[in-house]
Amino acid sequence: MSTPIIFNTLHFDQPWTLENYLKVGGYQALRKILGEKMSPDAIIAEVKASGLRGRGGAGFPTGLKWSFMPRNYQGEKYLVCNSDEGEPGTCKDRDILRYNPHMLIEGMAIAAYTMNVKTGYNYVHGEIFEAYERMEEACEEARKAGYLGKNILGSDFEFDLHNHLGYGAYVCGEETALLESIEGKKGQPRFKPPFPASFGLYGKPTTINNTETFASIPYIINNGGQKFADLGVPNSGGIKLFSISGHVNNPGNFEVPMGTPFKKLLEMAGGVRGGNKLKAVIPGGSSMPVLPGEIMMDLNMDFDSIQKAGSYLGTGAIIVMDETTCMVKALERLSYFYYEESCGQCTPCREGTGWLYRIIHRIEHGEGRPEDLDLLLDLCNNIAGRTICALGDAAAWPVQGFLKHYRKEFEYHIEHKRCLV
Amino acid sequence: MINIEIDGKRIETENGSTVIEAAHQAGISIPHFCYHKKLSIAASCRMCLVQVEKAPKPLPACATPVTEGMKVFTHSEQAVKAQKGVMEFLLVNHPLDCPICDQGGECMLQDMSVGYGGGASRYHEEKRTVLAKDIGPLVSAEEMSRCINCTRCVRFGQEVAGQMELGQAFRGEHAEIMSFVSGTVDSELSGNMIDLCPVGALTSKPFRYKARSWELSRRRSVSAHDSLGSGLAVHTKNNHVLRVTPIENEEINECWLSDKDRFACEGLNSPERLTKPMIKQDGKWQEVEWQTALEYAANGLRHIASGAGAEQIGALATANSTLEELYLLQKLMRGLGSDNVDFRLRQADFSADGKQQGAPWLGMPIADISRLDSVLIVGSFLRKDHPLFASRIRQAVKKGAQANIIHSVDDDLLMKVANKAIVAPDALVTALSQVAQALDAEKNGKAQTASAEAVAIAKSLSGGGCVAVLLGNFAQQHPQAAQLQALAQQIAAATNGKFGFLGEAANSVGGYLAQATPGSKGMNAAAMLAAPRKAYVLLNVEAELDTANPQQALAAMQAADMVIAMSAYRHHATNYADVLLPIAPYTETSGTFVSAEGRVQSFKGAVKPLGEARPAWKVLRVLGNLLKLSGFDQDTSEAVRDEAIGGMDIAAQLSNASQATDQPAIPTPQSSGMQRVSDVPIYATDAVVRRSAPLQATADAAVPRVWMHGSELQKLGVKDGDMVRVVQGLGGVTLAVAADDKLPQGVVRVANGHAATAVLGAMFGTISVERA
Repeated sequence: MSTPIIFNTLHFDQPWTLENYLKVGGYQALRKILGEKMSPDAIIAEVKASGLRGRGGAGFPTGLKWSFMPRNYQGEKYLVCNSDEGEPGTCKDRDILRYNPHMLIEGMAIAAYTMNVKTGYNYVHGEIFEAYERMEEACEEARKAGYLGKNILGSDFEFDLHNHLGYGAYVCGEETALLESIEGKKGQPRFKPPFPASFGLYGKPTTINNTETFASIPYIINNGGQKFADLGVPNSGGIKLFSISGHVNNPGNFEVPMGTPFKKLLEMAGGVRGGNKLKAVIPGGSSMPVLPGEIMMDLNMDFDSIQKAGSYLGTGAIIVMDETTCMVKALERLSYFYYEESCGQCTPCREGTGWLYRIIHRIEHGEGRPEDLDLLLDLCNNIAGRTICALGDAAAWPVQGFLKHYRKEFEYHIEHKRCLV
Repeated sequence: MINIEIDGKRIETENGSTVIEAAHQAGISIPHFCYHKKLSIAASCRMCLVQVEKAPKPLPACATPVTEGMKVFTHSEQAVKAQKGVMEFLLVNHPLDCPICDQGGECMLQDMSVGYGGGASRYHEEKRTVLAKDIGPLVSAEEMSRCINCTRCVRFGQEVAGQMELGQAFRGEHAEIMSFVSGTVDSELSGNMIDLCPVGALTSKPFRYKARSWELSRRRSVSAHDSLGSGLAVHTKNNHVLRVTPIENEEINECWLSDKDRFACEGLNSPERLTKPMIKQDGKWQEVEWQTALEYAANGLRHIASGAGAEQIGALATANSTLEELYLLQKLMRGLGSDNVDFRLRQADFSADGKQQGAPWLGMPIADISRLDSVLIVGSFLRKDHPLFASRIRQAVKKGAQANIIHSVDDDLLMKVANKAIVAPDALVTALSQVAQALDAEKNGKAQTASAEAVAIAKSLSGGGCVAVLLGNFAQQHPQAAQLQALAQQIAAATNGKFGFLGEAANSVGGYLAQATPGSKGMNAAAMLAAPRKAYVLLNVEAELDTANPQQALAAMQAADMVIAMSAYRHHATNYADVLLPIAPYTETSGTFVSAEGRVQSFKGAVKPLGEARPAWKVLRVLGNLLKLSGFDQDTSEAVRDEAIGGMDIAAQLSNASQATDQPAIPTPQSSGMQRVSDVPIYATDAVVRRSAPLQATADAAVPRVWMHGSELQKLGVKDGDMVRVVQGLGGVTLAVAADDKLPQGVVRVANGHAATAVLGAMFGTISVERA
C-alpha cells in the first residue's frame, strides 16, 4: 500500500496535531462541502457510491444508514461515534483517536452537516484513557480553529463534539447499550425496533457510526465515492484497517485495500512466529467463527470472501494461532470473556454464557464428558438469535466455529484428559 | 384495525398493539415472565418467543408490533423449541426448592416448567448463589437465588410507585436485584412487588411460612381503610386471616393494592383484641356476659336520656365503620331523642352543614382521574393519604397531564408537579382565591394581580380538556374548609372542570348516606367534644387518636358520666369508658362501604368473629331492642343496608354543591405565633392499621418528628435531631426536631393520630416550640 488514507499523518513526529493534519490536506473536505454548499443528498450519493460499509463489525452500508435520518425532524438530533472498541483482537480505532483524531472530527462534521445535526458524542472505550485525552485536545484545537462550534469556517453550520469516556464494558459497544451509557444508565442494549434513527440518544433521532467509518469520509468527499470504491473490490469498497494479533512476528494495525489476500497481510505482519505452521485464524474479531489456516491462506480479506468460507469480516481483527495452540484452551478463554461481559438482561445469554464456559472449562481441565460437545452445540442454538442484542450470537459463534473445525481436538481432550498439541 | 392470524385463528386487533396483547385478547396464552400489562416492555426473559412467518428467527411476542397480514405460530416446532430452550436456561441457576418455597403452588416459574421444562436437568455445573437482602419489614428478599431477573419489581418502582428503590446491579450471571446501598424499600406501594414477582424471590414477609397457597380459602372483601374501595381477596386458614391480596378491577384499584390495605390484616389478630364484653365497676374492669354488658349500657343511656336529657348523649363513629353500623348508630341515637351523631371526627369547620346539597364525593369516577389533562390538588398529603389515587395521577402526569398543588407542605409526590403554591395554613384560602382571581382576570382580559404561582395554576387549569379540582384530607380538616370548598367549586366551574373530595376513609361518603350526621338541631363531632356531653357512644373510635383535637376529646371523655366504647380492641378507652363492647373488624362482619366515587360495595365476613366479639350492627340492633326502640328487628346486615339505602338513587345523593349564598370572605392571615400543620401518618389512620406490627415497623411509622424550616431551627438555636418541646394548650410533648426547608416559615409540622402526639390540641392553630 503506497499512500495511507487514514494513517496519513504517521510520518510526522506528532501525527495528531492539527498543524500536521492540515499539512496533508486536512479539513479540505469540510471546507469543500461548506464552500460549495453541497447538498446533503449529493453527499449521501457520494458515500453510497463509495461502497463504504460500517467498520464496526456489522458492515451496514453507511450511505444507506445516513439516509434513514429523518430530514425534517423538528428538535434535537444526535450523531454518535462508536469508539468503544471492545472486541478482543481489535485495536484499530484507538490508533485513529491517538494518531489522527482530526480526521475523525472532520468525518463527523461532514456527517453532521449531511444529517443536519448540531451535537455529536464520541464514546471512547473506558480502558484507553490516553486516546480520550488526545481526542479532548484535538477537539479543543478544532474549536479554536473554527472546525467545531458555531459558524464553522464562517458558514452558518454549527456542530460541536463531546467525548464521553465509557467504563470498559464490552456490551457498551452495542450501539443502543452505548446510548444508554451516555444517558447515564446501566449499559444494556435496547430492544429494536425502534431503531436509533427514530428513537436514539435521549429518545431523539440518532446516527451511530464506527470511528473508522467516519475517518473514511473525508477521502470520499475529496476524491469522490467511486475512487474510494475502486480501491477495494465489489461489495467491499475502499481501504480497511486490519488489526493482526496473535502468533505473528510483527503484530499491529495495517491499512490495506479491501480484498487484499490474507497471505499478503500475514507477510506484512512478519509471518507466523518462529517459522511455526499456521493453524487457525479468527478473521474478524473474537466473536467471529474461527477458520483453519489452510482455508485462510486462499482467502482475500473482504466481506464476501470471508462469508463464503463460513465466517465474517467483522471488525477486521485477525487473530492468528500457530500449531502450538490448544484449541480447547483458546475457546475456554474466549468463552470466559463472553461469560464475563454478558449484560445479564436476556435469559439465554445471562444463563447460557456461564454454562458454555463451565463446560469448556471442565473439558480443558480433564473433566469433559462425551455428551458435552453435542450439549454445547445445542446450547449455542438456544442462545444465538434468541437475545436482544448480538452478544448472544457473539458468545455462540466461536463455540460453533471451534467445534466445526476442531471437534477432534475436543474429543481427544475428553478422552485423554490432556491436550493433543 | 389490523388483521393478523395467530395459530390459524384470525384476529382483528388495534394498530400499535403487540403480538402478546393480540393473543391475550383472543384468549391465546403465550408463556411469559417479564411481560406485565401495566409495566413497560423489557423483552428480556425471552420466554414469549414465537414464530412469525417470514421472520428468520423467533421473535418476542411482547415486543413485536402487529402488522397487517402477520402470521404468528405460538406452538410451532420452532416456537416451542425456543420456549423450551429459554425455560431450561431459567432453571439452570434456579434452586428448584419448590417444596420449601412460599411461592410454591402460585408460582409462574413452577407452572411454566410443567409445560416447558424438562423432566431432568442437563445442567451439572455449580449453581449461582445470591445472598439474601433485608429490604424492610414488608417484602422478604431472603431467597434471591430464586430470582430470574425479570426486573418487574424494578420497573414497578420506576414506573408505578414513582421511585426506583430496587435495581439490577452487576452484570451477566452476577446480576442481582438489590436496593440502593442496602436501603429498605419504603414505597407505600411496595407490596405489589410481591404479586409481580413471578417466582419466590420477593415474598410477603409477614406471611412467610404461615401456610401453603392451596390450604387457603379466598374471600372477597373491600378495603376498610382509604376511600378508594380497593377489592380485597382475604386469604384464610383455620378461621384466621393470613394475608390479603388485590382483586383486580380496572375501574378501582387496577391490579394494585396499597401496603396499608395489604398488611393492615396483621393487626386483626393483635393481642390487644377485645374478645369479651367488659364493664368497669368500682374502678375495676370485669369481663361479663353480653347480656349484662348490653343491659348495663342500655340502662345507662336510658337513665341519662330521662334525667339530663337525650341531647346530653353524643355518638361518635369513625368513617371506617360500615354503612350498616353507621345507620343503626344514628337510628339508635334518634330513637333515644338525640340528634348528636357524627362520623367526621377530624373535621373542624362544619359551616357547610345544612347548605350542602348532597354527600360530598370525588365528583367523578375514579377511572376518570387517569384521563385528566390538568388537576389542582388542594391540601392533600396525597401519596400517604391516598396511595393509589396518587399512582393514578402519576400515570396521568406521565401521559402529559399537569398536576398543580396548593398545600402547606411540599412533600415529594414522585411525579412532575407543574405548579405549586406552598403556604402556611392560614394563607391557604388566600392562595386558592388567588387562583380564582387569576382565572377571572384571564377570562375577562384584566391585568393579573394574583401571585405568579396562582396565575400559572390558573393557566394550567384553563387549558381545556379534562380538568379537576380535588380537595384532600388537609383541606377537609382545615378550619376554613367551607371556604376552600366554595372556592374550589368556583374554580371548577370557571374551568369547566370536575370538583371533588378525596375522601378520608372507606366510608366518608357512606356516612352521609347512612345519615350519620347531625340534623339541624344536633351537634356535630367538634361541638359534641367542645361542649362535653354526659354520655358518649363510641363506634370504633379511639378518642385521642381519631379526632381533630385529641386534648379536647380526651377531656370530654374523662368528664363524661358514661362512655360506651364499641371497639375491636382494648385501648385507651379503658381509662375513661364504662362499658367495652367487643365488635368485629371488617373481616369478621358483613357490611358495606361506599367509596369516594360513590360505589356501593357490600362484603361478607371472611372469618368468624374472634372470641365473643360480635358484628357491631348486631350489637346496635340488640341495644335498640333493649331500649325498646322500634325498627331494630333486621335479621341480616343486608336488611339494614336495604333499609338505609335500598331503592335510593345513589348518584342523585352525591353532590359537592353548596348553597353559596355569597362570595366567600377572605380572612386576613393571623400573624402571631407558630402555626401547626398536621398530617395523620399513613399507618396511624385507624385502629386496625395502628396494630399491624409489620406496618408499624416501616419507616413511615417512625415516631413523628417536629418539622420546621431550617431558619426556624436557627431562631430556636437547635439543630436537626435535637429534642424540642411542643406545647398546645395544656399538653406538651418532647420530640426530635427536623429541618424541612420546603415548609413555609412560621409553620410547625407535627403529626396527629399518633400516640406520641395525642396530648396535643387541635390539628390546626397555634403551637409553641421551645428547646427541650
